Amino acid sequence: MKLSEKAEEILEALWVVEEEGRTFLDPEKIGIPLDDPSYAELTGHTLIVIRKGMVYFRPEGREEGKITIRRHRLAERLMMDVLNIRGDEGEYKACQFEHMLNEGADVKVCTMLNHPSTCPHGKPIPPGDCCAEARAKGDLGIVPLTEFKSGQEGEIAYIQTEDNKKMQKLMAMGVLPGNKIKLVQAFPSYIFRVGYSEFAIDTNLAREIFVRK
Amino acid sequence: MATCCNKKVETPPVGGSVKKVALVGNPNVGKSVLFNALTGAYVTVSNYPGTSVEVSRGSAVIAGETWQVIDTPGMYSIHTITEEERVAREILLNESPDVVLHVLDARNLERMLAMTVQLIEAGLPVILVVNIMDEAEQMGLSIDLELLQQRLGIPVIGAASARKRGLDDIRSAIATYIRGSSGQFVYSRLLENDIAQVTEHMSGSYILSPKSLALLLLQQDEEVTALFKQWDRDGYAALAEKVGEITFDRRESFHLDLSIERKDIARKLIKDVIVAPEKRVITWGERISTLSVRPLTGVPLLLIVLYFGLYKFVGEFGAGTVVDLLEKQLFEAIFNPWVTALVKRIIPWEIIQELFVGEYGIITLGIRYAVGIILPIVATFFIFFSFLEDTGYFPRLALLVDRLFKYIGLTGRAVIPMVLGFGCDTMATMVTRTLETKRERIIATLLLALAIPCSAQLGVILGLLSKAPGALLVWGLCMLLLFILVGLLASKVMPGESPMFYMELPPMRLPQLGNVLTKTYTRMQWYFMEILPLFILASVLLWLGKITGFFEKMILAMTPVMASIGLPKETAVAFIFGFFRRDYGAAGLYDLQTKGLMDARQLTVAAVTLTLFIPCIAQFLVMKNERGWKTASAIGVFVSLFAYGSGYLLNQFLLMTRILT
Repeated sequence: MKLSEKAEEILEALWVVEEEGRTFLDPEKIGIPLDDPSYAELTGHTLIVIRKGMVYFRPEGREEGKITIRRHRLAERLMMDVLNIRGDEGEYKACQFEHMLNEGADVKVCTMLNHPSTCPHGKPIPPGDCCAEARAKGDLGIVPLTEFKSGQEGEIAYIQTEDNKKMQKLMAMGVLPGNKIKLVQAFPSYIFRVGYSEFAIDTNLAREIFVRK
Repeated sequence: MATCCNKKVETPPVGGSVKKVALVGNPNVGKSVLFNALTGAYVTVSNYPGTSVEVSRGSAVIAGETWQVIDTPGMYSIHTITEEERVAREILLNESPDVVLHVLDARNLERMLAMTVQLIEAGLPVILVVNIMDEAEQMGLSIDLELLQQRLGIPVIGAASARKRGLDDIRSAIATYIRGSSGQFVYSRLLENDIAQVTEHMSGSYILSPKSLALLLLQQDEEVTALFKQWDRDGYAALAEKVGEITFDRRESFHLDLSIERKDIARKLIKDVIVAPEKRVITWGERISTLSVRPLTGVPLLLIVLYFGLYKFVGEFGAGTVVDLLEKQLFEAIFNPWVTALVKRIIPWEIIQELFVGEYGIITLGIRYAVGIILPIVATFFIFFSFLEDTGYFPRLALLVDRLFKYIGLTGRAVIPMVLGFGCDTMATMVTRTLETKRERIIATLLLALAIPCSAQLGVILGLLSKAPGALLVWGLCMLLLFILVGLLASKVMPGESPMFYMELPPMRLPQLGNVLTKTYTRMQWYFMEILPLFILASVLLWLGKITGFFEKMILAMTPVMASIGLPKETAVAFIFGFFRRDYGAAGLYDLQTKGLMDARQLTVAAVTLTLFIPCIAQFLVMKNERGWKTASAIGVFVSLFAYGSGYLLNQFLLMTRILT
């Protein structure tokens, strides 16, 4: 379903209102007066009903609202966590960006962000099919080595460290993206195996090695 | 040298044009074993990464020609990060060896080939030795060396140097080596383009190939950058600008990209060369390894090792049984009376007699201490240490204690110098150079100087205090407490980055008896060369002090100091001894106790103060060499004051609580 940007905003606002425990949205509160054509668009798709000048979800609309808010909050995460654009600007960019997250783009972003469950403000992101699937498969996505269980095997995805020397040391030890890695033990130090060699590292280093199952 | 473009290194004048072969490779791949096998000389070999911190040289006759063989510390890459790696690369840069033997571990062929690629790329005369073939075969790996040789275009030899396998092949490969056309390794178009842009600005002919140097420059290798500043005075600005431009463009991931490209090259090289079994073979060594690194089993295992190794073997057997036998039965009962009578018969002057067989005589005191008390203790300790070292236990111990060591500003890596310190603090101080940061090295040096008693001292003190129950406990607790306290303080006070811990775990192996014994023997030899002259010197000085009356004055001067910590004035002698050798001082206490001059409290205070007291001359000299005058003096002064202060407080505490009376 392709909706106008304003219509999506109304759905999001209505979702937030419901999250806060109320059942209807006062159009005045979001500054989109009732005579705006986007309301007609939404009622036309039987997503909302308007009673006594207040906006209510229809069950189908709630479903659509969920998808819309999901995109919005994913966009927020992307802006703030990955692109490091914060504050009002981040919020503004997220509002623009969310409208592009359709037709499967949201699944890609969600997977890249490793299926986040909350937005940067702490509000829940409704899980999508991809999240449920990942959970069912036990797919952790890309996580630091510290999140692995002893005995778990995976592949090195990337190394994230500010310290160049550390990075080079790790790479010289065979910690290179694409190599298979097995976590042998996690306490008191991390022991992992790459190829036929075993290495011990401390928690700080283990945090910087990112692995995928 | 600063102005010349073509860097030529003169071959050393001695022996004219002796050909050189350098051994390089990752840590713990058996370079030192190979060195020993080739030269028949001996350098310490161990199952601990990074043990060879120095370059060893020996000579070997290969096919009728004399070669100089150079053993280098382990390095992971031509682009060096740690101090040892830099030392190793110096050899390649400055000595232009005629053959470079790259030794690697067959089990990790793919990973380690990345360095072979770098060496070949640098235009060095490389022979590849695929070592530890025996263990690779046990794991079911099969390796097609013929195919690898074709692909690399250099001689490739399989070996198991610890089992003397492949040695003849290596010798003949060295003898018949001719620089041929080795394989060319091509990187991605992007990288090759970058390299070309840098090499364009190089004008001289260098010791390594331009391609390799360009890559080092792009990796921002400080040393190579500095060298270029010297070599290409005029062209340097343009070169630096180009390098700066490319490194900026690729700042995000140059190191990573390069590593991945090299990995891909290595991967292509070993395709079909190495065939691994479907199922991983689990060896008994791996089972024991697992037990030793799990806290639940590892800690009890450590206690067992310490109890049987240190307490039973070194303490009871070495410091007890053997010392008794040598010191009491041999020296006191037989040798000393005999030699005293002999000297008195030959030398008529009493003063000279005193020098050899008097109270502080070279023979009756110096030699007796060295051979009768110190030798058995140190020998048993080194046997214990060498055995443990060869099993590969130490890296596992390191990871077990890393978390705790972090509190005192060290990493698990410091376990080796600390444990070795219980053998000989001087040797241990030397080994602190394997630690990564300056901060760690200083903290470790300080703790070694202060709170780690060496085996000789430890043995004597154990012997002394075990006769006064409770005293040993007080002493032990004091040491542990002070070790932790000073460590905590030092890590708070010392500025510097927080250390990181990483370590390769070598496989657990059953040590070969021969290797353990040779290693113990060479360590003993080193130790004896170190201590015997000092013991003799101390005897001579003490004798001089005695006949000139200076000694009496010293003791007199120190009496108030001794008295303030509740000790009889005779202990001053032990402290003066202690400056020559820690163990010498402790052995001096031993004498005092036998004479019944001290009670339990005094013994404990004396033992604690003496353990903490200023390091012996040898240790002090090594401290100076490793850390510089300033740090060494600062540590020396701090340690002396701290020892005195602790002695004072302990004495007051014991007087007040009366727990030892």
